[in-house]
Amino acid sequence: MMDHAAFPPVPGPLAGLIGLAPPPLLAPALDRILRETLRSRPDLVARLGVHATKTFLIDPTDLPLVFLVRPDPARPSIEARRRRRGLPHGWDGRIAGPLSALLGLVHGAVDGDALFFSRDIAMEGDTAAVVALRNAIDDAELDLLSLAAESFGPVAAVGGRLARPFAAGLARATGVALLRSRGPL
Amino acid sequence: MRKLELVCPAGTPAALRAAVDAGAHAVYCGFADETNARNFPGLNFSRAELATGVAYAHARGAKVLVAINTFPIPGREALWREAVADAETAGADAAILADIGVLAYAAENHPRLRRHLSVQAAAANPDAINFYAETFGVRRVVLPRVLTVAEIAAINREIDAETEVFVFGGLCVMAEGRCALSSWATGESPNLSGACSPAAHVVYAEEADALVLKLGGLTLHRSPKDAPQPYPTLCKGCFATEQGGARRESHVFEDPMSLDAATLLPDLAAAGVTALKIEGRQRSRAYVSAVVSSFRKAVDALAAGRPAPPGALAALCEGGDATQGAYRKTWR
Repeated sequence: MMDHAAFPPVPGPLAGLIGLAPPPLLAPALDRILRETLRSRPDLVARLGVHATKTFLIDPTDLPLVFLVRPDPARPSIEARRRRRGLPHGWDGRIAGPLSALLGLVHGAVDGDALFFSRDIAMEGDTAAVVALRNAIDDAELDLLSLAAESFGPVAAVGGRLARPFAAGLARATGVALLRSRGPL
Repeated sequence: MRKLELVCPAGTPAALRAAVDAGAHAVYCGFADETNARNFPGLNFSRAELATGVAYAHARGAKVLVAINTFPIPGREALWREAVADAETAGADAAILADIGVLAYAAENHPRLRRHLSVQAAAANPDAINFYAETFGVRRVVLPRVLTVAEIAAINREIDAETEVFVFGGLCVMAEGRCALSSWATGESPNLSGACSPAAHVVYAEEADALVLKLGGLTLHRSPKDAPQPYPTLCKGCFATEQGGARRESHVFEDPMSLDAATLLPDLAAAGVTALKIEGRQRSRAYVSAVVSSFRKAVDALAAGRPAPPGALAALCEGGDATQGAYRKTWR
């Protein structure tokens, strides 16, 4: 399991580079990944229940972007927004923390309650919706690299598989959970 | 020395697989409704998921216990009876029950389904335990977290049923099954609704100097920046009191910390305990993997007569801190 005390921030130059990406250009890629996630993980939607139609603000505090996510299988949407204009409105629940902590949660490398006890992450708004999202994601055993690759067809899926050893090495070097965690470490 | 059975939590199918893979001898879980005391959003099992989970566990030599440990709401008893029947149909190895009506139903209608008594029944003395064992055929009792090791040994000398005790996780020192704090604040409780401090009643607000935690409109905690944060329960709240004219803020009921009885395993084994329970069906599969593998190493070492390897679970504890709770009681 990842060390809860060590969530390295996104290096400043990399965060700056990410911040240069125009949010409208990110939209199609993010949308495809979200749709692939909901299509391939129907249990995730079932676990969200009534909370699937709510809007979640995912707030990586060391990035210049935040993400508004609506995991509604009928009308899924994900939207990147620049942080410099302040946090956007129109969300039900917010989860905030360093990107490495949020990746650790998504990939099952860290425990959400423990991050909450230690104040590495914070939540706000509709607590029930945030708890449902946390539990649904933990059960879904997501792997963002695989999902991203599979969202763009078979060629990209092969590329994703080829990139796995590199991502695993980068994860070991940085201590960031870039891939799905497998069992006790 | 005989090997202690490790009973581990699973709030989701992924957590069940994580528990089995990490070395759980048994996994306990519940259905996604108010029949169990961890009825939280996004948690628990459908009937199909339970059957799949039982098959996964049995294929690897582990058991599955189904918690049906809340108290039926008048007029809705059928939900609890269906849960017992469906647990047996799914192939569960035991049902963990609390209500005497549900116990009687299970004993009469599903006699082949092993019956364990939940901690929610708060059976804390030999007479109470023997009553449950003789009347409902209860084979194992989960003891409340208010007993010393010596008291557990005394109980075991006077009963025929097996005993199971908590060794790690959230600590509830109230008379379980009878605590009304959550109900008082929110109208919902672990006893009837299946959730202590239901998430829908919890509000976190970041203010300039503190994170403010409210439950049902009551302020439970103001945590200064970067200070550890507790669970949103009234019993872990920090309140202002006056004594002798002096005002002070403190955790009036109990400090926010987790139980960790890892170093007491030899004493608990000597006290006649059969099984060790890890709390945390609301926790992630990362928690389950880490805690189960740590305690499995300790249980194996104890059985082999070796010293237990040191655990490193502090980061998973509420408030980042742990206690041996009532096992080493220094108060009355």
